[in-house]
Amino acid sequence: MAMLEFENVEVFYGKIQALRGITVRVEEGEIVSLLGNNGAGKTTTLSAASAIVKSHAGRISFAGQEITKAKPWEVVAAGLIHVPEGRRIFSTLSVMENLQLGGYLVKDRGAVQKRIADVLELLPLLAERRNQQGGTLSGGEQQMLAIGRALIAGPKMLMLDEPSMGLAPLIVAQVMQVIKEVNANGTTVLLVEQNARAALKITSRGYVIESGVTTLTGTGSELLADSRIVEAYLGA
Amino acid sequence: MTQLLWNGLFVGSFYALIALGYSMVYGIIKLLNFAHGDLYMLGAFIGYAMLSSVGVIPASMSITALLIVLLLTMIISGGIGVGIERLAYRPLRGSPRLAVLITAVGASFTLEYGVSAIAGPNPRVFPVRLQGETFDILGARVSAPQIVLMVIAVLLMLSLNSYIQRTSMGRAMRAIALDPKGSLLMGINVNKVITWTFFIGSALAGAAGVMAGAYYGKIDFLMGFIIGLKAFTAAVIGGIGNIKGAMLGGLLLGLLEAFGSQWLGGEWRDVFTFAVLIAFLTLKPTGLLGERVTERV
Repeated sequence: MAMLEFENVEVFYGKIQALRGITVRVEEGEIVSLLGNNGAGKTTTLSAASAIVKSHAGRISFAGQEITKAKPWEVVAAGLIHVPEGRRIFSTLSVMENLQLGGYLVKDRGAVQKRIADVLELLPLLAERRNQQGGTLSGGEQQMLAIGRALIAGPKMLMLDEPSMGLAPLIVAQVMQVIKEVNANGTTVLLVEQNARAALKITSRGYVIESGVTTLTGTGSELLADSRIVEAYLGA
Repeated sequence: MTQLLWNGLFVGSFYALIALGYSMVYGIIKLLNFAHGDLYMLGAFIGYAMLSSVGVIPASMSITALLIVLLLTMIISGGIGVGIERLAYRPLRGSPRLAVLITAVGASFTLEYGVSAIAGPNPRVFPVRLQGETFDILGARVSAPQIVLMVIAVLLMLSLNSYIQRTSMGRAMRAIALDPKGSLLMGINVNKVITWTFFIGSALAGAAGVMAGAYYGKIDFLMGFIIGLKAFTAAVIGGIGNIKGAMLGGLLLGLLEAFGSQWLGGEWRDVFTFAVLIAFLTLKPTGLLGERVTERV
């Protein structure tokens, strides 16, 4: 059974059609990446799954449950967490409060405490800055915080939108390493990236999206070797 | 001097209670809820209706009766605030701000003239009048009811502050104020939190209304208008959207008024207040505690 599945999903912004039938399947335990240019529909695909944009046609299911018409908080409660583009850290709230917000829907306070402790262990630089305002962190730290915050919800699956955006190559490698560790601990990952080289290194499979449709798919190494990918996204 | 200080703080705590609702709602949905002052008026009328339906209350019971009525009024006016949000503001979520602002003015008139149609345009005498001994504290004349009301106001403000700082719901409110869309991704049901914000803000305004009715002894359907504008001024002074700022702004405005009317004469009081509003809007629009967001990207 697929963890997350998009079947012919279509999304409109007003009269403009952003998705023209996206079909993507993520199996449990995988890291799958979505590649594509600006405006291809990658972010919209994630937003359709997290229900912050409405799907006009098609079907999205998560862990065997249809979520096409779910509310955003229902999707979070089901265990699918969207880490948005630009991190969206609550800038005047402390690092600790940001983490606590990640566990907003978790009734069990003890579980939230435990997960926060785990995240601070996984990301020690956040532990040092736990009382600092989120907005004062560097870009890389904010990205780590965004991922850590998502983990507090106890997700079955994470959807990460451009986690490498605006980060130095060394930091990108660290972020990718964290994503790999999160995945190794049993969380399925859907990764949207412009940085195809970094993404494909850690991915099991990838999809290429162009103008709102999925055009190519293959394993990470297949895509890395595909001449069309090399030409379009890796700059040969 | 101490008399002026005390009078200022006393009136200021009313302003602060109302400014809190203004500021909370503005902080979360960036709406200047002009109907907010009218919830204060509505609170006074709800308290009036309840107290007069009970009949004569012996003077010894008046504080207890007032506290019960205060609590019930808070619940009812909170509910009305939620109703206004549902009917008037929620359908306009995402519309241009001007449209919502005009709707708020409309909601304000609806409440004012609705009450005038039902209860009549003439002022009513509040059935319970708080009377008590006066004490002499450091040269200021302070009455027992003033102390009671002040204590209630301070308790309400302190509990609201710790609610917003400490609880999960309070954290969600602050998160929505910063980034509503990001809050959705945390699993926060934004509509529910907004509803709850309106409830709390309106309940506080209703409480202030009952307290004002009991203290001044006279209520009328336009009593919320000026005080609404003053609460708005207080919220701006403190930094609109900031909870602590609203409390500070309220107290400060009370003091400014007390001293201002002493120097310039009572008839200049409102002129003075709104001159302060204009001064703040031009010179320091973020207010005293308005947050400057420090952000590195």
